[in-house]
Amino acid sequence: MEYGFTTAAYVVAAVLFILSLGGLSGQESAKRAVWYGIFGMGLAVLATLIGPGAGLWWLSVILIAGGGVIGYMLAKKVEMTQMPELVAGMHALVGLAAVFVGYNAELVMNNVAGLDQAGIDALKGFSAKVAAKSSVEIAILQVEVFLGVFIGAITFTGSVVAYGKLSGKLTSAATKLPGGHFLNAGAGLASLLLLFIYMGSDGGWTLLVMSLLAFFIGYHLIMGIGGADMPVVVSMLNSYSGWAAAAIGFSLGNDLLIVVGALVGSSGAILSYIMCKAMNRSFISVILGGFGGAAGPAMEVEGEQVAIDADGVSQALEDADSIVIIPGYGMAVAQAQQNVAELTRRLRAKGKEVRFAIHPVAGRLPGHMNVLLAEAKVPYDIVLEMDEINDDFPDTDVAIVIGSNDIVNPAAQEDPNSPIAGMPVLECWKAKQVFVSKRGQGTGYSGIENPLFYKENTRMYYGDAKASLDELLKRID
Amino acid sequence: MKIGTPLEVEAGENRVAMTPDSARQLQKLGYDCVIQSGAGAKAGFSDADYAAADVEVVEGAEALWSTADIIAKVRIPQEEELDRLTSDKTLITFFNPGGNEAGLEKAKASGANVIAMEMVPRISRAQKMDALSSMANIAGYRAVIEAGNNFGRFFTGQVTAAGKVPPAKVLVVGAGVAGLAAIGTSTSLGAITYAFDVRPEVAEQVESMGAEFVYLDFEEEQQDGAATGGYASVQSEEFRNAQLAKFRELAPEVDIVITTALIPNRPAPKLWTEDMIAAMKPGSVIVDLAAERGGNAEGTVADEKVVTENGVTIIGYTDFPSRMATQSSTLYATNIRHMMADLTPEKDGQINHNMEDDVIRGATVTHQGEITFPPPPPKVAAIAAKPKVVEPELTPEEKRAAEVAAFKAQTKQQVTLLVVGAALILGVGLVAPASFMQHFIVFVLSVFVGFQVIWNVSHSLHTPLMAVTNAISSIIILGALLQIGSGGGFLVVLLAAISVFFAGINIFGGFLVTRRMLAMFQKS
Repeated sequence: MEYGFTTAAYVVAAVLFILSLGGLSGQESAKRAVWYGIFGMGLAVLATLIGPGAGLWWLSVILIAGGGVIGYMLAKKVEMTQMPELVAGMHALVGLAAVFVGYNAELVMNNVAGLDQAGIDALKGFSAKVAAKSSVEIAILQVEVFLGVFIGAITFTGSVVAYGKLSGKLTSAATKLPGGHFLNAGAGLASLLLLFIYMGSDGGWTLLVMSLLAFFIGYHLIMGIGGADMPVVVSMLNSYSGWAAAAIGFSLGNDLLIVVGALVGSSGAILSYIMCKAMNRSFISVILGGFGGAAGPAMEVEGEQVAIDADGVSQALEDADSIVIIPGYGMAVAQAQQNVAELTRRLRAKGKEVRFAIHPVAGRLPGHMNVLLAEAKVPYDIVLEMDEINDDFPDTDVAIVIGSNDIVNPAAQEDPNSPIAGMPVLECWKAKQVFVSKRGQGTGYSGIENPLFYKENTRMYYGDAKASLDELLKRID
Repeated sequence: MKIGTPLEVEAGENRVAMTPDSARQLQKLGYDCVIQSGAGAKAGFSDADYAAADVEVVEGAEALWSTADIIAKVRIPQEEELDRLTSDKTLITFFNPGGNEAGLEKAKASGANVIAMEMVPRISRAQKMDALSSMANIAGYRAVIEAGNNFGRFFTGQVTAAGKVPPAKVLVVGAGVAGLAAIGTSTSLGAITYAFDVRPEVAEQVESMGAEFVYLDFEEEQQDGAATGGYASVQSEEFRNAQLAKFRELAPEVDIVITTALIPNRPAPKLWTEDMIAAMKPGSVIVDLAAERGGNAEGTVADEKVVTENGVTIIGYTDFPSRMATQSSTLYATNIRHMMADLTPEKDGQINHNMEDDVIRGATVTHQGEITFPPPPPKVAAIAAKPKVVEPELTPEEKRAAEVAAFKAQTKQQVTLLVVGAALILGVGLVAPASFMQHFIVFVLSVFVGFQVIWNVSHSLHTPLMAVTNAISSIIILGALLQIGSGGGFLVVLLAAISVFFAGINIFGGFLVTRRMLAMFQKS
């Protein structure tokens, strides 16, 4: 019957999804890979609609189409600087969908339990599947549903808060309720307790209370994490949305859901790991928020910050042969990527070697800077990763730091007492000259003084990044 | 205000403190420029050149000193020049304040502000006005040229039809600015160059210039030169003996010796003794750049060239920069111009003599009728490098052992992981029904595949990766689709419908935005 066909379609879809993720290893193959993903998704939905999910198919089609229109408009309209918010917002949708699907599973279970044999025979689709389960299987199903709802709920509120922080609607500073992480731990324990109650009696209320607790955990957990740690948070939520899908896949007995959930979950987990490694912090310390305490008095910063004007910077750029630009979140905030790209074009037209150095945690989303630069039509082969370019700084004439701070902080290497000691940083101070485009004096997200600004070969180019670059562009043609 | 440059009165001085080019730059700072007629002639700048750069040319020193508010010159001012100073004038020149008390007193009495170019602190910010360095650079270059002039052979080795020519061997003692310039010139002429300095940390710079650093067999904690502002300090007796022994060993081999060793405020150390000179081959040349302070070589006569009995030429000229007047004037005038730029932060042609500024404070020797020499130590000290910890080089056996150990540790870790993982799965299998285990296998394999695939994703594509995983995590739509039609009552349909709708947004939004992003990535 058609279920065999459905499974076959799922297998193809799963392979397509894997290829779609694998294709992201290179910029060119990625352009093809995204089509694999689209076809995989189309196939999976179609196979489900004409197979086991055929009931009310017209409603499904209308809803998908309606959602599709909104999604289309979102995707067309979104600014690349808003990508972090968009991604966080979409995680929220997946989380909420997982919660609802989990509720439904519970409702169906209750339905089925109340039916007699004749009623069971009349069931179709998912209900029929539930009805065929033994009592052990039902217990497992309950755990799965519970887990799915729990993770989905955390993902939902967590993503909503992340969205608020990234879009500036909420303060990006870390704020916690009194009690801090004990509140979270308490809520987690209470949820575990509710699981046992839920499995003992089949009261649906436990599920609801647990969702509220999970909503709270998601909210409170992400509220306690500051803006610059958002790359980790967003990838963690990405991972959660995957695990939620996998848990729901278990409860529905749907292998494709499990496969995709596991893929997405592990992808998010790896991204979180990479981000944490780039900050030399453990995952736990990021989630618990704040930087670890300093191990001793910070190294005395000597010297003074010396300012420079646009004339000085343009003169140095004219004289330089090799230039490395280090963009950070400040560039995204000031929307300066187009000016940076224009400057790059002009300098390259003069035969200078211009390259970009991207720290893994620059910006608010993994790979955020790459996307911004790509949008401004900076060729991706001059945009390099930290490990690729760090050795080249001693041979670089001019390094320009635009709106980044902690990722170029030499204290990470020089001061063992610094809270960021050991964090891998871009060693731009080894360049012959460093210009720092910065709004004003002051410390970065971590509140750590940056000795780079006091170095002999560093000049501070104060002002809004976009306005400063405009000034520069007037002088370089 | 007016900046003026007189003709140098010192005999044999060819340099001039203003060039037509520097005058143009000074005018940009808001100043008018004057020059005494003929001041630039010996450096190759005619009055017409100056006039073309809008510089007023005046006849005679008297007129120049009276019209200009700021006087820039090269040599230490002589008495008659100091007599012309008045309290509203600023004088910028080499002054030798340490050994020129009479001059200081006179300048103080006149009330003028005097800036001594040799007192510019040695910090990075002030490098552009460090006239000592720019003059030392020229001296180093010229020393090699003078040596070549008095040396009867090629610098570079050649194999010609008429026979083989060995390359000259040059030893440069003291790798300061002059020493490094000499090393650079000598290596580019093709000579085999050795260099010695008491500061072992300059070995890297020496080697980067293509010379070989002469190390001593001497065990002593050496003081880091950076702690004394980049200058050499006095050495212990043992060190000196080890150093002389090394020179004695080198003396018979080398053809040209260029000595540049100076310790601030002390006579030049005697490093090249008579017995070394006696050991050198006839025709060898010694250029003593420390001649003005008594010379590093025994037998050096300042400002003269002497030939010893065994045919070694010792050059003790002290006017190397003046011998290349065009070049040295250009550099010196640029140093002066940078000094003026720091003195006029507003670019309005008015001097702002900011005694809070480290550089200006350091260089000023008299200010408003007060002697301000010696200056307080600068606020910004060159940061002495930490002593390098040299890690012992591992022998091949040790390396192999380390590799084997690492491999073993890795194997152990992997096996442990596998065993623990397998035990866990077995444990689950004991209690869970078969229907669950089927899905569980799929789950574990997918996680495994996921990890393998994602590690290969390029860092620059992490944002598209997030967007696409976001899109495909809306696969949860399948669950909603299954439930929507399974007839579980109104609530089930409603919740499922909302889920389908949300997932629909996500699918389209996620994939489209990924595509949009990926299309942006362009190769150059």
